[in-house]
Order: sequence, then structure tokens, then C-alpha cells
Amino acid sequence: MYSQLVDTGAKGKPSREGMSPEEAAFQDRIDQDITVEPRDWMPEQYRKTLIRQISQHAHSEIVGMLPEGNWISRAPSLRRKLILLAKVQDEAGHGLYLYSAAETLGVDRQELLDALHSGKAKYSSIFNYPTLTWADIGAIGWLVDGAAIMNQIPLCRCSYGPYARAMVRICKEESFHQRQGYEIMLELCRGTEEQKRMAQDALNRWWWPSLMMFGPPDGESVHTQQSMAWKIKRHTNDELRQRFIDQTVPQAHYLGLTLPDPELRYDEESGHWQIGEIDWSEFWRVIQGDGPCNRERLGARVRAYEEGAWVREAARVHAEKQAARRAA
Amino acid sequence: MSRDWPLWEVFIRSKHGLSHKHVGSIHATDAEMAINNARDVYTRRNEGASIWVVRAADIVSSAPGDKEILFDPSEDKIYRHPTFYEVPDEVENL
Repeated sequence: MYSQLVDTGAKGKPSREGMSPEEAAFQDRIDQDITVEPRDWMPEQYRKTLIRQISQHAHSEIVGMLPEGNWISRAPSLRRKLILLAKVQDEAGHGLYLYSAAETLGVDRQELLDALHSGKAKYSSIFNYPTLTWADIGAIGWLVDGAAIMNQIPLCRCSYGPYARAMVRICKEESFHQRQGYEIMLELCRGTEEQKRMAQDALNRWWWPSLMMFGPPDGESVHTQQSMAWKIKRHTNDELRQRFIDQTVPQAHYLGLTLPDPELRYDEESGHWQIGEIDWSEFWRVIQGDGPCNRERLGARVRAYEEGAWVREAARVHAEKQAARRAA
Repeated sequence: MSRDWPLWEVFIRSKHGLSHKHVGSIHATDAEMAINNARDVYTRRNEGASIWVVRAADIVSSAPGDKEILFDPSEDKIYRHPTFYEVPDEVENL
């Protein structure tokens, strides 16, 4: 979800035939749930897949600060401002945990940042939507962080140790993000008619993009099987999406809000909420760079990086001078 | 040669009485910045009573390939564990 399309270099179900002895031994360890650590031997495609996935995840945390940062200076109270600041600071921290997990696979931080800034690397489609009102901050915490948690909890058992450990830290910190969002929604829904309308409008705009966070449907997700064989992924996109829907629909009803899906219905037999068709053409458009805010987000990211260049340079020169002084 | 600032491994002692534990890594130009960054990144929720930072390049570690040579010899020395010894049920406090 924070990494929606991760190329594994393989299509379809992997088979044991054609594996080298090393690859077979590696797969045996994975099958026995033995965690892979940075200096262990691993297939090159496993390494590359993880670098892609972890860095997409990290980029999503970093770019994810932008839509919310938009509201820090306009939060409706000091309490809300403190909470939002803490949340955005957490996202920065999560990005940093993940970049350092990716670096254990032998890639430089700078390479990862270059790939983000040049538009070569992907980040979650969800952050290419605008935050138009304060209610959007509520909807993001509730839905976007809710979907993130749904996806990240299984990642705590991912086969690659440093990624799994970073996810444990992240999941611990993330649950306040979702709760503060729901609390914002609750407060708006208990407020004036106008406030309630704002909450409904935010739900209308964020519902479908949140469902798209889990990635393409299983039938079109060509890399899922390889990722699952390597235990990088533990559940399919559709499984996680359905769990999220089942968890979220009653929460929306408690708020007294209507989900923007006329076909939504509870299926007694399966015990699941069934949704109408997701507009996948929108998903592909946003992923391929043509969402409402793709250019704005990347532009803001690159600008922040470039404007910080003198700080990085000054810190480097200062450290060199201090070291020279000590040596003298 | 990496264009990144040097990499530092971060160890946090969460409470007095416990040992420092590895939590992750950060980049910093010098030791002082490493401590500051580690504090911001890894202790936002009272996790820390003390921080160690060590330049990643200065850490020496055993090679994964040496696992058997290093650790297998202790596997058959079961007499190093208390469960190896027979103690009659009637004997207490042993």
C-alpha cells in the first residue's frame, strides 16, 4: 500500500525447478521462518525487490508529510496543532527508519533520494490528492493511517530482519495517528450542520483513494506470488483491502456518515461488506504521475531538498574544521 | 565513495538497569550531531535513558559464514545447562 507496485523481477508463481543450490537453501530458510539478516546470502532479486519496496515505503512517509503539513499553521486549536506536529514528525521518523533499513541492503541514502527526486522511484498514490479542508486531516488519520496499519502489521513478520524491526517501531507509533483522525471526524460529526457536511465531503473524497492504497486487484498483481513466497508479503492486496473495508464501514456508520458507494451492502453469507467497482483507471493515472497533486508534491520535495543544500554543506565543513582542529 | 554523511549505529538504553540495545542507524557529520539526530529519530516517546552512537565503519562483526565454526561447538556441551543434572524430587533448594 505504501508500496503499491513492487517489481520482483518475476511474474507468476515461483517454482523450485531451476533454482540454484544456494537459492534452494535460501528458500528453505524462508520456509522455516528463519529471518534474513543483512550479511546473509540472498538472491539478487530478493535484495532488489526489498530495496524497491522499503524505499517506496520510505518515500511515502516523507512525501506523506506534505498534505498534512499544509494544515499545521491552520489547525483549529493549539491542541490540534501539537497533535498534528507530532504526527508529521513521526512520519519523518518513519521515513528515516525505513531508509536506514534499505541501506542495510547495500544501497546509499543518496541514491534513494536521487531516485525519488528524479521521479524514477514511486511513492503511494494516496499522497497525490489535495487536503482541501480541516476535515481532510481527520479523514487522512482515520482512513489513510488505518489502511497503512492494516498493511504494516503483517510486515512486522516480514522475512527481512531490519525491515521487520522498523515496522514494529512504526506500528507502535502509528495507532495514535489513526485515533486522532477519528477523533477529528467525531468532533466534526457532533458539531454544526456545516461541520458535518465537511466531514462527509472529506469521506467522499478519501474513501476510494484509500481503498486503492492496497494496490491492484489480485488478478492483476503479477508480483504478489513471488513476494509471498519470499515472505515479504503475507497477504494479498484484496485480502487486506477487504479487512480494511469490514473494519471501517461500521466506524463510518457510528459517525453517522454515508460511504460514497451506492452498491455497498452487507453480505450475510460471507459476513463481509461488499463494495462496488473501484475505478482502476484513476489508480493507474495517479500512479503514473497524473494525479491531482503529483507535480506539486514532487516539486515541494525537490525544493525543500535544494533549499537545504547550504545547511548540509555547512554541517560538513564544520565537522571537517573541528576534526582538523582536534588533529592539530 | 558515498556522497552521504557518515553512517552511525544507534544504541539506546531504555531504562536504568538495562543494557543498551541496537535500534537502527542515522547519518551525521560528527558525534555531536549523531547524538542529536539519534535523540530526535529514536526517542520521541520516552524510550531512552541513554544513547550510544558508533560509527558503522568502526564496528567489527563476525561473518555469517563463520556461524558454524563459532557457535556449533557449544551445541553438544549440554552439561553446561542445569537441566543436565539429576536431582531427586525430595531435595529442595537446588
